Amino acid sequence: MEMFIMSLTIFVLAIFVGVEVINKVPPTLHTPLMSGTNAISGIVVVGAIISSGGSDHTTVLSTVLGVIAIALATINIVAGYLVTDRMLNMFKRK
Amino acid sequence: MDVLINLGYLVAAVLFILGVKGLTSPKTAVNGNKMSASAMLIAIIAALLDSNVITYEYILLGVLIGGAIGAYAAKKVAMTDMPEMVATLNGIGGGASLLVAAANYLESQKLAEMGNFAVTYDWSVAVILSILIGAVTLTGSFVAVGKLKGKIGDSSKVKLYKAIVKLCFLTLIAGAAYFATVSQLNSDLLILGLIVVCLILGVCLVMPIGGADMPVVVSLLNSYSGLAGAAAGFVLGNNGLIVVGSLVGASGIILTSIMCKAMNRSLTNVLFGGSMSEQSGVSKSENDAFYEGKVKFSNADELAMLLDSAQKVVFVPGYGLAVAQAQHATRELASMLEKNGAEVKYAIHPVAGRMPGHMNVLLAEAEVPYDQLVEMDTINPEFSQTDVAIVLGANDVVNPGAAEDPNSPIFGMPILNVHNAKTVVVVKRGLSPGFAGIPNELFIRDNALMVTGDAKQVLQDTIGALKDL
Repeated sequence: MEMFIMSLTIFVLAIFVGVEVINKVPPTLHTPLMSGTNAISGIVVVGAIISSGGSDHTTVLSTVLGVIAIALATINIVAGYLVTDRMLNMFKRK
Repeated sequence: MDVLINLGYLVAAVLFILGVKGLTSPKTAVNGNKMSASAMLIAIIAALLDSNVITYEYILLGVLIGGAIGAYAAKKVAMTDMPEMVATLNGIGGGASLLVAAANYLESQKLAEMGNFAVTYDWSVAVILSILIGAVTLTGSFVAVGKLKGKIGDSSKVKLYKAIVKLCFLTLIAGAAYFATVSQLNSDLLILGLIVVCLILGVCLVMPIGGADMPVVVSLLNSYSGLAGAAAGFVLGNNGLIVVGSLVGASGIILTSIMCKAMNRSLTNVLFGGSMSEQSGVSKSENDAFYEGKVKFSNADELAMLLDSAQKVVFVPGYGLAVAQAQHATRELASMLEKNGAEVKYAIHPVAGRMPGHMNVLLAEAEVPYDQLVEMDTINPEFSQTDVAIVLGANDVVNPGAAEDPNSPIFGMPILNVHNAKTVVVVKRGLSPGFAGIPNELFIRDNALMVTGDAKQVLQDTIGALKDL
């Protein structure tokens, strides 16, 4: 339970930081913000990596699920960052 | 080693926040995005160092498949299709979180056999929440993509979907309680069943929402994809995941509230009110009668003459501009007018297009300088000094009824005051109503001219006519 309260504290504080930072993003950049956060939500790949790392408590099924999760999260990471970069470079030109 | 790994997550989290902070200005945004990408790399390296990671071939396999698909999609997608792209990525993110939670459940069984794991209430709740948010984001996003593409129309069975939603929630609560207290790690079938229930829930939550409200839904699902990651962080007890997931969650929440405000609607009304045209729409004959004989039609030649003498021109882009892919033609016309000595601006309504910032990206693609893109509150006082306002495929966001007619169903929604310009030229394919399903009083005003046709074609004709003048 202590661990849970600790995590909850971090969660709530991180939401506040997020709100503070993101409120300052101008409307012009809202689409790149969304695709950029798409990429960031690929962070779940961290969990997927640990699941498919082949340690002795994994099963065949959990490894399969982990690999699919890695593939999905990597799609998000790669597509998210590349497409955001593409858009932001268009804004940079002028 | 664990200390080092956790420090890695902390550095990554800080870099993610700084990266998003870079997005506060177009000048720093490219570097911000790169900073965020390096944060991801650090987090991945930290995960690879985890003592539970022994073999790398499966991980490599997943990364290669995902990387190839992702790179291809990012390269191919057209700027007009960004809403579909973002919605798809939301769904994929949700799917990944769902799978991580399921895999963790299976691993926990094995760990418990080895005597290294005991079920706690907070773990059970986190697993259920992770499945719920992940699955709803997955299927909800794909329904949203269908609606954005126009393949799924507005539904008339709102009541049926609402009933299914209630049933799904009841089943989920009962199932979750049984899972947490009785069956615990012997719940393979139950977990599978709950995943299916949550997948159905995602479909039924988004189906009754009107196509016009997709900017809100896409923003909200963006938030969910982050919260799904944070929930997975609770399951795994990984603080890095929690911090970063909640950052994305906060971003989506802010965008959702901006969209709702710009439509003067509450989130509950968008989510559970059914489509707007269903609440307030008029029939086709009523629509025709409203406009009968009162609309002044014009053409590209007249528009060219009008623009030739204009000192200040404001373009008002809407979804029609995206459909017609008219951003480059708009930019070309604007450049001609600027050479002619006119001042050109673009007025951007927060809900123009199908997602936050959609119009800005399209115009940036056509190399319109971003300082010419003006937000609603800044541009509105300027319309009275504007010679010509050109409305390109926008409708409800320029309906003066929203400001002046208390009986209008969209009364109170902030609009662009184009009707204050000396002349308003509306380029539109026809007189059909916009998303709200109501006729637009602007079109019958004395200072309004209607040019019917595809926005790109009309603009190109106008450019041709201007050259001939």
